[in-house]
This record gives sequence, structure tokens and C-alpha cells, in this order.
Amino acid sequence: MTTNQRNNHRSVEEFSEAVIAKALNGDRFCGLFATKEASAVRLDAVFADNPQLFVASVLLPRSAEAFPSLSPYIPSASWYEREIYDLFGLLATGPSGPYPLVLPLSEGHVRPQPGSGSGKLHEPFEIDLSPLSSHLEGEGVFTIPFGPVRSGVFESIEYVVETPGEDIAHLRARVFYKHRGVQISFEGLDVNDGVLMAERSEGVASVAHCVAYCGALEKIAGTEPPVVAGLVRVIHAELERIVNHLDSIVRHTEAAGQAVAYSRFTLHKERLQRMRGRLCGSRFGRGVVVPGGVTGPPQLSPNELLVQLDEIEHDIRSDLKLLMATPSFLDRLRGTGILPPALAHCFAAIGPVGRGSNQSDDVRFTRPYDAYRQLSHQLIENRSEGDALSRQWVRIDEITGSFHFIRQATDRLERASRKGDLWRFELEIVDGEDWGWAEAPQGELLYLVKVEDGTLARVKPRSASFHNLGLFHTAFPKDILTDFAFIEASFGISIAGVAG
Amino acid sequence: MPWIPRGLRNGIVTSRYPQTQDSYGENFRAAIVIRPHQYDLTIAKKVVDACPTNAISLNENMPSLDRGRCILCGRCEELYPDAFQFDSGFEIASANRGQLIVPSLEETDSLLADTKKELAQRVKALKRSVHIRHIDMGSDGADEWEVAALTNPVYDVQRLGVYFTASPRHADLLLVTGVGTVGMVSSLEKTLDSMPDPKIVVAAGVDAISGGLIGRGYASNGGISKMVKVDVFVPGSPPTPFGLLYGILLATARIPIWRAGTCSGAPRIMGKPLKQADFGRPRDDGYLSEENP
Repeated sequence: MTTNQRNNHRSVEEFSEAVIAKALNGDRFCGLFATKEASAVRLDAVFADNPQLFVASVLLPRSAEAFPSLSPYIPSASWYEREIYDLFGLLATGPSGPYPLVLPLSEGHVRPQPGSGSGKLHEPFEIDLSPLSSHLEGEGVFTIPFGPVRSGVFESIEYVVETPGEDIAHLRARVFYKHRGVQISFEGLDVNDGVLMAERSEGVASVAHCVAYCGALEKIAGTEPPVVAGLVRVIHAELERIVNHLDSIVRHTEAAGQAVAYSRFTLHKERLQRMRGRLCGSRFGRGVVVPGGVTGPPQLSPNELLVQLDEIEHDIRSDLKLLMATPSFLDRLRGTGILPPALAHCFAAIGPVGRGSNQSDDVRFTRPYDAYRQLSHQLIENRSEGDALSRQWVRIDEITGSFHFIRQATDRLERASRKGDLWRFELEIVDGEDWGWAEAPQGELLYLVKVEDGTLARVKPRSASFHNLGLFHTAFPKDILTDFAFIEASFGISIAGVAG
Repeated sequence: MPWIPRGLRNGIVTSRYPQTQDSYGENFRAAIVIRPHQYDLTIAKKVVDACPTNAISLNENMPSLDRGRCILCGRCEELYPDAFQFDSGFEIASANRGQLIVPSLEETDSLLADTKKELAQRVKALKRSVHIRHIDMGSDGADEWEVAALTNPVYDVQRLGVYFTASPRHADLLLVTGVGTVGMVSSLEKTLDSMPDPKIVVAAGVDAISGGLIGRGYASNGGISKMVKVDVFVPGSPPTPFGLLYGILLATARIPIWRAGTCSGAPRIMGKPLKQADFGRPRDDGYLSEENP
């Protein structure tokens, strides 16, 4: 097991300098996080330093109300800084003033301060829902707020679009509507209850969240799960990936008005959800991954599983082949929502969004965990066009890769498992702190887990959706209002993971 | 053109529910039942402590479970399999919050009949056309998938005259998911105000009913019942599409009074398959007969 590299800095200036140097060196920025420690707030800047993470930390002075902003050098740090301001009241001083993201509170309002242990005591806050002032000025420019209640069955989010009529000239996302206080909800829980919370922090990626959360706990305890458990985790995680990618394809077909394709792909999605239900009793793969392993093997025999999988894959492939040869569908995706590779690199885009713009980091391969270390894989070809179509192709390739992983894992599981196999090692609960990760369907997922006196003192999930939504506004270079649905579908963002 | 035969490829995949029972739904583990048993209080107390959402309580040494809080983690079954068991079947929604607590009390049963009568009176005018507006009050995202699944060819709610609508102005039924975040309170009020009468509110999932694992906090009101009068509660974390469909039919009085709630009542024998005869005579129009067979 590789250990993450930690660097503690003595002053915030030294910290900023080190972090900016790291970013200028071309290392991929994963996020900036804060934790309330006993007396002060600690900042952690995390970079991908494959096959591990590089974490730079600094303990801010007790009286600190601000820290120097990193976003002039690292554009994707901006959303993290806004989240830190909302939750801790610490302002990132830089070119822009305070700009709420997940929790708009009035100045001086008491903040939840994750890590302090007192966040649970608060009664519901009054939040500031006043509309945004317009960003653009000009003749005929007006603002359209999409949401938070949107047409159709969607999660709540508001997109504030400013337009002279057709072009999407400026776009802002307001995500606080469904902020639930997930980070605080983890605090004080027993590590086993933490699994239930991880499953619900981003429900459509429950398995990935559990894998990353348990990965962090296993690092703290210095235990690896049994080999067979690693294989079971892969089966559930890859099924989750296929279903999430199908969901993105469903949204594309819906937006394009492809009625038959829509009903075909919703059917395939339902079949897979039912199959997941048969494997573990939950249509979302819940209750499988636990600290130290899994609760048990898939409840279908390997043979049954493979037969069903073959049938579904055959149907999906055949429909995808036709879909990707349907001109009226492709026309809507080609050249839509272009995210140029240089911009994607600058914002450190991850997941299918990144891979559609030539950013290849997939932590299943670059920081392998569980059974991904042993299983063979074909590297997914990067696309560099950066449009909705290339993101769609990345997802299609990943679906193929996922089927391949599930088959291999099922085969190995059949050969490796014996009667009386241990599916779970008893995990010794020791105090400590570490980072876990997984490649969720949306991209790299990170979990900071800190255990104190046997209970969770601080848990911070960083969903890929949060990171990628921060660069969403850059993907509208010459797009018009009717392209919006495609660009949103091609980003495949789960709002629950963003709002926290 | 080439898409036309695709639509026929897998034959008819649509469920016949509610005309006939659906085997997938009937076998899905969507709730916990408490079995009659000589309860061992030491274990029962352990179960009460282990329940992550405080769904289980002990009253006069009798355990009871609130499905409006239960997130189906299965910990109770693991600790005390003689008393707690997963049960199959999805018809667990109820028009009365108290009835989600099993085993049910007789008082809630009589109360329920009144609630249902009032509801049936209110939705009389809707007949076979029900338009649903969905609103997310802070879900984990999985609930939306299950709600959206209702329009796939397997559940195909349009066959029952149930449609999702983009505008609250056209909506008869408000389907609410999520814990009731503070950020969504005013949106909920506005949506509800924009709906014409009669309006029905369905709380979908334990998050909407009680706040689930998140409960009440600085950003959450612990469910939606304090903000709005809920007509039907659909348990589940997330609720299954069949569970939601049952809840919608229940809310629009399309499940006969004698039939509703049979799955969530007193402890019953595990896994007893429901027969066609249990449903009364199905009518061609998708309604269930009101006659008691």
C-alpha cells in the first residue's frame, strides 16, 4: 500500500507558494479543503501524485479570517474557496469578493464549521435567496433563470443564463438549493454508520462513494480487504458505471427527441438496475461495500450473471451502433459544448468530461485500488475534440471496458472463492486520518476521513461532479439555448454530489 | 426508419400492474416486517440502539418499526433474525403517517379509513388523468432515477393516464423527494401555490417523510411534513418505481379502500403470494374494481 505524501507548512504564505509551484509544475490539482481542528482551521491542497496523493497542509492562525486566494493561478480552486467561505467563513482574498456557492449566509452568520463537532447542534439556518445581479450589460441582453424547479424530473439546481436572444453569453450555476449538510451529517457517526451516509451522499454513485470511504478507513487501519472482496467491489462498481453512462445517453436521446432510442435505453437501464437488485437486494448496490471488505458474494451464480450480462450487452451494443449512426442525433452533439483540451487541462477536468478533452487520468489505472491492480484492461482512448460527441464516445468506450472488467472479476471470483471464504476482515478502528479514492462514473472521487476516539470526526467527500461543474460555464463557446440540454447531459453531473 | 423495428425487438416488456400483480415487484425486498415472537429484550434493545435512524422502538416490550424512518440497511435482521425480516412486496405506501409504523395499531386503521374517504372525495374529479409535478427538496439523486423510471417502457405510467408535467399550472399531484432543505422551502411554497385545486402531495422516500439519515440540521428540516400537508407517504431509500406507482394510485383513490394497506398492516406470514382473486375483478380501463370479492 502506498502512503500519501503529506507536507505541513508553517505559514500560509509558504503554503501558497508551494501549492502554486506544484500547479505551475503541471501537476493535476484535485481540490482545496478545510477542516476545523481543536483551535484553528487547517487547509489541505491536494494534487494527484500518482500512484498516490500529494497533500500540502497549513494550520491557519486562530484569529485568521482570510487566506490568500489560489484561484488566480489555479482556476479550479475557485469553487473550493467559495465552499470554504460558506462553511467556515474564511475568505479567500483575491480579485473577487465573497461569492456564495453551497450556503449563502449573511455576513457574520454562524457557520457549520465541519470538523468542529458542533455543526450538528444548529437549527435550520435562514439563507439568502436573493437573485443574482446581471453580469452582462448591453442592448437586449436578458437573464433566464433555469430552475431550481426545472421542467422534468431533475435534481434542483439553478442555471442563470444571460443571453441576447439565442447565444448563451454567460452562465452561472447556483447549487445551494439542495445543500443538505452531508459533511456535518457524517460527524460523530460510528464508522459503520458512515458507510450508510457515504451511500447517500451521491446516491447514483453509492458504490464508488463506499469504496472511497472504506479505502480511507482501510489506509488508516493499515489493512487491505480480502482479494475476493476486491473482486466483488469491482463487479458492483462497474455495473454502477454502466448504468450511469446509460443514464447520460438516455438524457441525450431525450433531448434529441429520439423516442424509440429513449425507450430502448431506459429499458436497458431498468434491466441493469434489476440485475443489480438481484445481486445484492438494492437497485443501487447499497449494503455491499463495508470497511474491511464486502458483506458477501453476488447473490447470482457466476453463470447466471454472465448469461444475463451477455444478453444485456448484446442489446446495448446493437442499439448504440444504430444510435451512433443516426445523423439527426449526431448533428446535435457534434461541435456542441466544446471544451478545448488546453482549457480542460487548466481547470484540471476529470472523468469522461476530461477524457473527452484529452485529459486521461483515470484512477482505476493510475492509482489502482481493490482488484483493479490485478485485472487487465484496455486503456480508453482519449478524444481531443472536446465536444459533447467526444464525451459520448468516451462513455461508450467505458461501457465496453466495464463489461470486460465484470467478466474478468466474475471469472476470477469463481476460481478464487472457496467454501468458508472470508469476505471481510475485521477492521481495527484506530484514530487517524487519510484520503481514499475511487473512479466514480463521474470521475475521480476523493474522501478525507478522520477518526477520533473511534468515531468520525471529519469526513469530506469530493465528488467529481463538484469539480467538473466548476468548469461547466467554460463549455459554451458558441452554443445556443437549445444546446443546453445536450451539454448538461454530456457533463453527467449529479447535483447531490455538488451541493453536499 | 431503422429505429422502428427496434421498438419491437424485445416484445412487450410493460408490466400489467395494477391489473395483475407483477412478479418482480412482489419479490422485491422493499420493507422490514416484525414477526410475532417471544421477544428477547436484551437483543431487542441492542437492535434499538443499532438502528441508524431510530426507526425501531420498544413499547411495553413489543418492538415496533417506523417505515417512514427505515432506510433498509438490514442491521436489525442481522442482529435479530427471529424478530426482524425483510419482506417482499412494494405496496407499503400509506395515506396515514401512523400506519407506516408496524405492527399497526387499530386506531390508525379506523383513522385511515376516514383519511382515505376524504382523499377519494377530493380527487374524484381527476378521474383517469393525473398530471404529476416532481420537486426535489434535497434528495441524494437516486430518488430521481426511480421517479424517472416510471416513464420507461417497463412501468410506462402513461398507460394509466398518469403524466409528468413541466408546469405546476397543469399539475394535480406534487411528488416530493428529499430531506426538505432550507434552500428549497420557498420553491416548494411557490410550486404548491401555482397548482390548481384539488392538489395532492406525495412524499416519496424516507428522506421526504422524516429526513432519513440526515434528519434535521442546519440545512435540512427533517422531511417535508412540517412545511406541507402530505397526503400519501411512500417509504423506501430510495422508493422503488413500483412503490411510487402504488403511492400515486393510492393518492388518486385508484386502489380500493378494502385493498389498500393490506401489505403494511399487522404482521403477516412471510412471502405469501397475492393472488388475482385478492385484487377483485380488474376492469378494462385500468381501474380496480371497488367490489370486495
